[in-house]
Formats: sequence, structure tokens, C-alpha cells
Amino acid sequence: MNRRYLSRLLALLLVSVSTLLVLPVSAADEPADVLIKRLSTEVLDNIRNDKAIQAGDVSRIVELVDARIMPNVNFKRMTASAVGPAWRQATPEQQKRLQEEFKILLVRTYAGALSQVSDQTIAIKPVRIAPDDKDVVVRTEVKGRGDPIQLDYKLEKTPGEGAGWKIYNLNVLGVWLVETYRSQFAQEINAKGLSGLIVTLTDRNKANAKKG
Amino acid sequence: MKVMFRLLMITLALSGCASGPNADSRDPLEPFNRSVYQFNDTVDRAVLKPVATVYRDAVPSLVRRGVNNFFGNLEDAWSFVNNTLQLKGQAAGDSLVRFGVNTFLGLGGVLDIASEMAIEKHTKDFGHTLGYWGVKPGPYLMLPLLGPSTLRDAVGRTVDSQGDIVAGLQDIPTRNTLTVVRAVDTRANLLKATAMLDELALDKYTFTRDAYLQRRRSAIYDGNPPEETVEDTAPVQVDVVQKPTDALNTTGLPGDEKVKP
Repeated sequence: MNRRYLSRLLALLLVSVSTLLVLPVSAADEPADVLIKRLSTEVLDNIRNDKAIQAGDVSRIVELVDARIMPNVNFKRMTASAVGPAWRQATPEQQKRLQEEFKILLVRTYAGALSQVSDQTIAIKPVRIAPDDKDVVVRTEVKGRGDPIQLDYKLEKTPGEGAGWKIYNLNVLGVWLVETYRSQFAQEINAKGLSGLIVTLTDRNKANAKKG
Repeated sequence: MKVMFRLLMITLALSGCASGPNADSRDPLEPFNRSVYQFNDTVDRAVLKPVATVYRDAVPSLVRRGVNNFFGNLEDAWSFVNNTLQLKGQAAGDSLVRFGVNTFLGLGGVLDIASEMAIEKHTKDFGHTLGYWGVKPGPYLMLPLLGPSTLRDAVGRTVDSQGDIVAGLQDIPTRNTLTVVRAVDTRANLLKATAMLDELALDKYTFTRDAYLQRRRSAIYDGNPPEETVEDTAPVQVDVVQKPTDALNTTGLPGDEKVKP
């Protein structure tokens, strides 16, 4: 059945974002593929050894995300890209709120799925990255039971302070995270405006939190 | 099968029907699709999901694993055919070996010995094969009970059902039993995913559609599709909703769609 793609997609979204969870901050001159390789391995190890994460402890996961992931992700770019042209009309306060709520939406959901990580291994597909490349795609596969799970990252090289590669999009089983939210965000914005989108995201996060 | 053809007829008859302000060029039948989605959702809530939940809670996981492996093994046989049709030697070989190993050493597919031996699974159906040979997806279609599809993939499914070992069984009670068990197994495997979908999606219909279309396209290119062109997405002109990055590019967020050669 075709819906199994969806299931795998979601299950893997989880693994993938969990993969982002344990990103250490020191990575200035590390090549993008080496960075991803190291992070992926560390994340899998970390999840295997962390009973709280396996039990789906949301606060523990949010903590990890803020400390480890966010320094390695350009979340502003991810949010802007998902919001689309309307991002330009958003006030700085609205942009901040959008990023916060979008992050909570993703993190909370991933928390529930981290317990599924068990004996998977990560294989990095060879990529050719020139020394002066500023924008690369790193392709990986999570191998376990069944079909290998495609997990790709788009990274950009940021100059100056906090230099190094930053992830700005994530592909699970052929589905880019940012693209998957674009139409949904556009629908909300067309119907209720930017503030309407923020309200919808906030309400959704509150409802999710109530489910425990 | 007949249902499928009738559905295609309806679909064709409906093409050209009006769409709302959020119209997506890949989904010209959105109003129709949404009503089918509603129907599916209702049936799911009333029957499929409750049954799958009982199955998950009442049947030991070892047994469920075996059931899942069994149907996965049949899937490998069909993947062998489709990988062959796509001239993918390695993938076809893996699929054949998986099927052989699991059928003969894995108690008819109940044990997934091939995965233990690290022989990769390469699931491919006939929709993939059509896509591989250049058939465009056509309009997105929500099929009754079967879920998301496209015109191309719906045609592919009719061929898939011809190649389906379960559907080809002569013994009717066995065939019906296996069909029901497979449906329950499929839905049970989706329980966690659909719970997540409930949390993640602002609009489940749109989320499902966008994920499905991306996923299928990616699978046809074995996970490495070329950048989409207007021609790839649809015959209709692309509006701002489809290409928001163009606008973003002017605001200092360049390169979203850029991939290094």
C-alpha cells in the first residue's frame, strides 16, 4: 500500500531529526560529509544510551535540541523557506514566533519516535565537494531491517563567527522537510494571514502538549 | 480492478473542474480528492484503525514480525520483476536472492534471514517502472480505501495486482484471509506514523499529498532526482505558491533549490 511510504517517511523524519540532536558545536573546518558522519554516529550512540530519550521525555529532548542541534542548523532559513514570500512581510517579532512554534512542532513530534532507534547504522554516500563549495548536499542511508532509509542534508557554509557548515534542509525518504510544509503554510497564510499561521501553530503545539 | 477503471473514468471526467485559491498544479482534482480523503478517513476511524489497534495489542510482537516478513517477502518477488524491467541488475539480483533465501531458509518468508545477511531490500512497483521509462505522474489521485496515488501510479497498481501472489491464489478462502491479514498488518505498521501525522500536519490532506508526490518522484530516481522543472511538475503554469524560493532569493535567502553539479 502506498501509505506505507508515509509511515516510513514519518518514522524516519524522527530518526533524522534525532540525528540532529547530538550535534557538537566545534566544527569550524570540518568538511560537510565528515561532519554529518560524525554527528550521525554520535546521535545514534547517544539515543541508544539515553533511557530518557528512549522513553520520549520531551523536556530532555528540547534541552538537547537547544544545546546541540540549533548551533548547527540555520533554523531561520528553514522557517523562512517554509513560510515562503510572506516571510518578508513578517515583523521581527513574528519571525521569532514562527521559528519558535515551528521548532516546537517538529521537536515534540520527534520526541515520540526516538524510541524506535535500535540497531541502525549510517552509511555516507560519497560526495564530491570542492574546497570552495558553499552549498552542498550530503547523502546518507540508515541501514537496518527492510529498505535502507534515505536521509539527506543540505548544508551551507557560513563565514565569520560560528563558522562552519549549517544544515538548512533535511530529506527523509525522498521528502524534503521544508517543501512539505510550504503548501500547508501557504494555505494558512492565504486564509488567515501571517498572524493566523502563528495562531494555528501555537494552538497545535498546545493541543499536542496536552496529549502528553 | 473494475473499481480502479471506473475511478479513472470519473477522474478524467472531472479533470478541469474548478479549484480554490490554493490550487496546486499537480492536484487539479483537489475538491474531488479531498472528499475521497474524507471518506477514507471515516472508514479508517470506524474500522481499520480499531482493528489494527486490537491486532497490535493482542498479538505477540514475534508473530506480528513474522506476518510482516511474510508479506515483505512476497513484495521482494515483485520488486525483482520491476527492478529487472528497469534494468537494475544489482537491485534485481538482491531482490531475487532475498526472495530465495527467505522463502527456502526463512520458513516461507516468515523469517527475514536476508536482512540478517545484509542483503538490501529494493522495493519497486510498476508505478516506479512506468516512471523510470518516462511516464509522467499525471494528476494526483486519492483512491478510495487505497490512499494517495497519481494517474500513473493507479495504472501501475492494476499491473501490481496482476503480479500479486496473494491476489493470484486459486483458493478463495485462503486468498481472502491473506488479503485481510495483509491489510491489518499494513495498517498496524502505520499506527505510530498516523499518530505522528495527527501531530505534525497542519492539513493532513496537503501533508500527505506533498510527501507522497516527492517520495514517489525521488524513488523513481533512486533517491537522487534532478531539480524539478516546470515541465516535470505539471502542464499548468506554476504560480507563486509552487515557487516561493524565487521570491526568497531576492531577500537574501538564496540557493534553496541549488544543487552542485
